[in-house]
Amino acid sequence: MSDITSQSLFELTSNIKEKKLSSEEITKAFINRAEKSKKLNVYVTDNFEKAIDQSKKFDSNPNLDFKLPGIPIAVKDLFCTNGVRTTAGSKILNNFVPTYESTVTQNLWSQGAILLGKLNCDEFAMGSSNETSFFGNVQNPVGENLVPGGSSGGSSAAVAANLTPVTIGTDTGGSIRQPASFTGTVGLKPTYGSCSRYGIVAFASSLDQAGPMTKNVRDCSILLEVISSFDQKDSTSIDYKRNSYSKELSKDIKGKKIGIPKEYRVDNMPDEIEQLWKNGISYAKDCGAEIIDISLPHTNYALPTYYIVAPAEASSNLARYDGVKYGFRSPGQNLIEMYEKTRSEGFGDEVKRRIMIGTYVLSSGYYDAYYLKAQKVRQLIKKDFDDAFSKVDAILTPSTPSSAFKIGEKTNDPVSMYLNDIFTVPINLAGLPGISIPAGKDKNNYPLGLQVIGKPFDEQNILNISYALEDKINFKNDISDWWLSE
Amino acid sequence: MSIDLKTVKHISKLARISIDDEKANKLKGDLNNIFEFIEKLNELNTDNVQALTSIAETTLRFRKDEIKSENIREKILKNSPEENKDFFVVPKVVE
Repeated sequence: MSDITSQSLFELTSNIKEKKLSSEEITKAFINRAEKSKKLNVYVTDNFEKAIDQSKKFDSNPNLDFKLPGIPIAVKDLFCTNGVRTTAGSKILNNFVPTYESTVTQNLWSQGAILLGKLNCDEFAMGSSNETSFFGNVQNPVGENLVPGGSSGGSSAAVAANLTPVTIGTDTGGSIRQPASFTGTVGLKPTYGSCSRYGIVAFASSLDQAGPMTKNVRDCSILLEVISSFDQKDSTSIDYKRNSYSKELSKDIKGKKIGIPKEYRVDNMPDEIEQLWKNGISYAKDCGAEIIDISLPHTNYALPTYYIVAPAEASSNLARYDGVKYGFRSPGQNLIEMYEKTRSEGFGDEVKRRIMIGTYVLSSGYYDAYYLKAQKVRQLIKKDFDDAFSKVDAILTPSTPSSAFKIGEKTNDPVSMYLNDIFTVPINLAGLPGISIPAGKDKNNYPLGLQVIGKPFDEQNILNISYALEDKINFKNDISDWWLSE
Repeated sequence: MSIDLKTVKHISKLARISIDDEKANKLKGDLNNIFEFIEKLNELNTDNVQALTSIAETTLRFRKDEIKSENIREKILKNSPEENKDFFVVPKVVE
């Protein structure tokens, strides 16, 4: 049997079901490794003591019908966890202990999983490098002083470094898929309405979705099956029949039509990414898929649209952080001064920047020129995809325009940081499912990902295509454990 | 168009985030860069396009109008920044 922490979710679950491993052994193995991995800074809050207690409890009366029987899982610190501090990577929620549980995490515990702890992320999920977190940046296990992507950077690093078997992140403009691409892991953003947003710290409500981040496609299908559910508590949750994604997982993609959008061939894209994409196309052909050239003419307008819509929604959502009912408070002479000081001291620079953008585009006299305009362009972007999906079953693109960059490299230039999400943002704007799978490496040996985009509610199809491609690509991450301490 | 210092200060007031002059100047530069990038949308004629208001084409559900009396006062007050048994405490509002 291979080392416990390097096993996939599927292997760990099988070993528990066959009584070859106990939940306690597995939980302790991940905790031991975490104790030696502090340098990566993936944890904001750990739940190790309680996790060991819960694993013992599971072992004393194991329910092996669960889909995650006694499996320890760490989650992004954007999910509210009852009784366990939830910070969203922000000073303003530094002391916040929810008295309720998010639906998505509840779904994990209801299938036997055990909370290992809360993983670092960009503040309020605003960032592409995990550098905006109040709790410091996260190291990418792929190489020292490399960002793990963002905003789910603690999550991607934790999966790649074998600190959790799987995790869940959230994706508003690429926050699951981009970090997955940067760390050589798998990340899926489901269709808008697939996973409940109840209990997830809100960033941009029309774009936010939770999703699985895993070592491989099969694990991804298992986790999606657990977390996707209809929920009365989220008014945008959609009531439809979900597949048994892991049971229906298949490498047979013969005859599937896969679209290649010419607009994703952007200026200054490294040759390696062009090559990666070509390889992906030829693997898809080898699997019997039909490749069709398509056009998504408004692709170039997606990022500017996103940087109106997302900050506008964020400025409304973040109005609740005023120091009155919970979270950080800075005292003031009067109520207004208290609000202003609390928000000034409690939010970091990127969050303030986005609140300011959002407030501006929604302010009197500018609403039509910016927000309404963006909502119209969003319609055009969605229509591009509707048109494309009348001809194809799925779309294949690179996940990101580059591999992971150095910590500090882009922090002074917000626009260059935003350009990271050029291939992922359109999918959120159109509410579609998208998955990033590791597909190769660049000249520095840093991972690169390919993205498969599907029709609404067609997660099964993009999982199957990814499963077939994964087999052909045969990606190996070979991470050296350089960060481990004794 | 460009955003001047006065506008930055006005937005910060609307957003209830106090900023000093140094920060305001830095923000002015950042916001102008970001808005220059956003202006790209003006290349598109959207006169006859309907704004997208909901990505999930569903109608909002109704639920039964039932009284659910759960006493969650303690839970609600648990994260209150200043301790007080029954209320949230804020600076004096009425002079």
